[in-house]
Amino acid sequence: MSGPSLMDSLFQRTLEDLIKGLRQQLIGEQAFISKALEEIRKEIKSTDLSTKSTALLKLCYLSNLHFHDMSFAAFHALEVLSSPRFSHKKIAYHAISLSFHDSTPVLLLITNHLRKDLTSTNEFEVSLSLQCLSRIANVDLARDLTPEVFTLLSSNKLYVRKRAVAVVLRVFEKYPDSVRVCFKRLVENLENYDPQILSAVVGVFSELACKDPRSYLPLAPEFYKILVDSKSNWISIKVLKIFAKLAPLEPRLANRVVEPICDLMRKTGAKSLLFECVRTVVTSFSEYESAVRLAVEKIREFLVDEDPNLKYLGLHALSIVASKHLWVVSENKEVVIKSLSDPDPNIKIESLRLVMAMVSEHNVAEISKVLVNYALKSDPLFCNEILGSILSTCSRNVYEIIVDFDWYVSLLGEMSRIPHCQMGEEIENQFIDIGLRVKDVRPELVRVARDLLIDPALLGNSFLHRVLSAAAWVSGEYVEFSRNPLEFMEALLQPRTSLLPPSIMAIYIQSAFKVLVFCLHTCFVRGGSTAGVSASASYESFDDLSVENGADSTVAHGQTCTSAPITNESIVNLLKLVELALSPLLGSHDVEVQERARNLLGFVDLIKLEALNSSGQEENDSERKGVEATKIIRLVHDAFSKELGPVSLTAQGKVPVPDGLTLNENLGDLETICGDIELPSSNTFSFGYPSEEKDVSSFSNLQIKEDSGQSNESTSLLAEHRKRHGLYYLPSGKSEVISNDYPPANDPALQGDNNDNASDLVKLTAESLVPKRKPNHSKPRPVVVKLDEVDEKPVAVKQLESRDDSLSGAVRDILFGSEDILPTSSRSNLPNSNRKGKKKQHMITQVESKENVVDDGNSSSRRRKDHSHGKERRHRKKNAEERNETDRKEKESSSNHPRRHKSRQRAEEPLKVPPQTSVIPDFLL
Amino acid sequence: MIHFVLLISRQGKVRLTKWYSAYSQKERTKVIRELSGLILTRGPKLCNFVEWRGLRVVYKRYASLYFCMCIDEDDNELEILEIIHHYVEVLDRYFGSVCELDLIYNFHKAYFILDELLIAGELQEPSKRTVARLVAAQDSLVETAKEQTSSITNIIAQAANFTIKMLHKGYGPWGSNALHLESLLLVDVCTRLVDQH
Repeated sequence: MSGPSLMDSLFQRTLEDLIKGLRQQLIGEQAFISKALEEIRKEIKSTDLSTKSTALLKLCYLSNLHFHDMSFAAFHALEVLSSPRFSHKKIAYHAISLSFHDSTPVLLLITNHLRKDLTSTNEFEVSLSLQCLSRIANVDLARDLTPEVFTLLSSNKLYVRKRAVAVVLRVFEKYPDSVRVCFKRLVENLENYDPQILSAVVGVFSELACKDPRSYLPLAPEFYKILVDSKSNWISIKVLKIFAKLAPLEPRLANRVVEPICDLMRKTGAKSLLFECVRTVVTSFSEYESAVRLAVEKIREFLVDEDPNLKYLGLHALSIVASKHLWVVSENKEVVIKSLSDPDPNIKIESLRLVMAMVSEHNVAEISKVLVNYALKSDPLFCNEILGSILSTCSRNVYEIIVDFDWYVSLLGEMSRIPHCQMGEEIENQFIDIGLRVKDVRPELVRVARDLLIDPALLGNSFLHRVLSAAAWVSGEYVEFSRNPLEFMEALLQPRTSLLPPSIMAIYIQSAFKVLVFCLHTCFVRGGSTAGVSASASYESFDDLSVENGADSTVAHGQTCTSAPITNESIVNLLKLVELALSPLLGSHDVEVQERARNLLGFVDLIKLEALNSSGQEENDSERKGVEATKIIRLVHDAFSKELGPVSLTAQGKVPVPDGLTLNENLGDLETICGDIELPSSNTFSFGYPSEEKDVSSFSNLQIKEDSGQSNESTSLLAEHRKRHGLYYLPSGKSEVISNDYPPANDPALQGDNNDNASDLVKLTAESLVPKRKPNHSKPRPVVVKLDEVDEKPVAVKQLESRDDSLSGAVRDILFGSEDILPTSSRSNLPNSNRKGKKKQHMITQVESKENVVDDGNSSSRRRKDHSHGKERRHRKKNAEERNETDRKEKESSSNHPRRHKSRQRAEEPLKVPPQTSVIPDFLL
Repeated sequence: MIHFVLLISRQGKVRLTKWYSAYSQKERTKVIRELSGLILTRGPKLCNFVEWRGLRVVYKRYASLYFCMCIDEDDNELEILEIIHHYVEVLDRYFGSVCELDLIYNFHKAYFILDELLIAGELQEPSKRTVARLVAAQDSLVETAKEQTSSITNIIAQAANFTIKMLHKGYGPWGSNALHLESLLLVDVCTRLVDQH
């Protein structure tokens, strides 16, 4: 030992010193930690292993609880690992399992250390290295250490063996080929009578069975035995998990198992086991009426229990049953609905799910009404939870459960007015989606949109902006159903729209455009009764064309629905309003807003002449112009009146790529070209104009006007608006100051007492939850447009399976003898060889004798075991025995020593493969 | 299976973390931040389960410590509660009415005990007595190993350490300044002795 290292070790802080120092915090935590890290970096380089290990331990502490990177110490940890002392090893293993991951560079060096410790005589060292392996195993480690783990699987030290069993799961996961080596020993351990080993093995199988239950069907008899015999709750729970996976695959097995499970459910006092039984029954045995009834009885006990845990689990179990036996939920509806007002948010959400599960097309209206009322009174988080689940339930499968779309649309409107509502985006989507899909609901949709748009208070709520944008779109697209389009114009151009973000502003302007065109069209082109002289003159020439249009249903609708007369005078006012409202927006910094405002104003400019003329005196010259303007109106109207339909998600893929277009072309150059062009920030109030030189003068004029004029203008507009829609404004006590803090759309209802509330709810829903009543639909369900592919999302590629497949494939190879490694020629002579039990017995001995030759010591004991098993099972029915024996034989023949095994397996395959028909065998019959 | 085990104090300080599934260091901090926000804010008398990223976290509070375990959706929550209780009982038996400070100062011991209990995310040892016995056996292994290999060096080092500490504090067992010199000498002797070994 060298001097400095000694001094290091003499003065070294121990872990305790470190923790004490950290807690005293004389110099602040961060400073102290960085100082300590500095020391550690020095100490860890020491040649003295004690010093090194202490440093490593300290580093573990800092890494674990203060999250400091310890990857620099990876190699040092390996050095400590090589120490002969147990205490050092322990620290090193701890550090390694804490910090190593698949990409740690020194991972390659650890294999030999692990191998050495796995074969150590000290059981604790073996256990340490097993533990470590379970954490850090990668493909290489798993492959290289498979033989050692295999040996440990039959170690006579129970302590080591049970750990090896647990670790084998990780090895299988990483390196599926190890199944061929280890699987049989694993299965042997199933017959162990030591409860600890058994619990470990069953744990492994329950994890394995989760991934691919079918492969483990042949082991069902063993599991059954464990289920019946087990005294330990831990083991029973795991076995139940396995059966929950296996039973749905094999009805005969389910028949056999259901009775013991019910017994267990009746007998057990442990809640955890009881719950597992209940869950197993409701998930996998739902067709066994009596078992389900028993489980439901237990669930009810859970539900009324004081313990919130049991209540939660009870609700959870109910929600599993709900998918198959809805009556169970209806039976317990009081409890479920009362839980909606439970103090625990998790319980509330669980019960909400249940309530939503009860929704059907008969009661959706009642339940939604109750829930929306409830959402009004609950806290924001849960309120949105409720709204979200109503939205998703109702829109499921293209609005499957909605019959009365008028009702649903008004419900959407109502929901968006709930003060805490943050589901704007979803409501927006549904508004538009319904508009596109359901033709018959459009008039109602327009009415709802009108109510939303016209209320100036809603504009102040940023969560509602998305809803408003949908409403604006609806109003523009389906304006022909509106009773009074002029009202829409005013709503869309009201002064407070300045509160909207630019993207939605743009939608407003575009919708205003559509509405305007519609108004003009009805006024001039169709020559409504009050249209001006010049328009009526031109009307003649277009008459034939509008007849053609009349074929279009939308236009036909439009004629019937518009009741408010549109006079020339109102058009003139309208044009003025547009100019007034939009001219400030010409200077907007958002491209979209500016562009659209410009479009609309340009259009107004074109039209204005005619509108003005037609109201005034008649001249030949203007008549000619009027004709032109009418032509323009017609053109634009035609462009807008084309109906939009839903688009399939996969539509894009169906568009053929035109020749000469390379989609994969690298657009990297584009970035360098566009890099120096800065995008104008859309939502900040910027200083300069991003526009071209020549426009600057006119623009800056506008800017000045805007700056000075905007406030007066908007106040005057606002005053006017207020005059008209007085009922939506507060009584103006505070003069006419424009304040942005409008009252929320809906004053939150007074927070009533929760319990009263709950009882109300129970009362309210009591009748609505019973689906007995035949609904008396006043009208038939409207047609909902669906696409051919039913809007399915393209099925996600199964990526996960590939790896599992190799694992379960390996397992299947061993348990069934996989068919695909079979040469087809040899399959032909199979069936006759396995039909008779006698022949088979003969073959078994044949196989075993072969084994005796190959792997000497091992198999003799195995054979003895086999015989004893054979005796045990003699009393069972013959075919069951046959199965088991076949199983046994296959396992045996395929899992021996890794290297020799492969070639041998090939040779034996023809012998050991059972006839294809018995792949799903008779279990336990 | 259990994906990870966390011990968090009521103030949000992490006392123990054990990961059975792969999480990078970054994810770990994020997980802990998320979960302590989720769990510490829950009032008493609520249920002990939290849904989180498609998994389920079972937690239980003992005095000022929250014991959390994260499991798969279809694992048995009540069983995990039992495992947590089991762990607490084992700790209690080992430290003799365990408190948070025990876990702070013996953080590695808490790990070693957990390692006896769980392996690869599965319960391994349901018997409290066996766990206690195994941990004790390993502790004694550590102790004897220490004594065997480095008894002399250790004694000398301890003596030197002691002397130096005295020197640092400014008062010696000898009570006078004159003896400072002597103790310095002792350090020197010790150093040389250790070198020889």
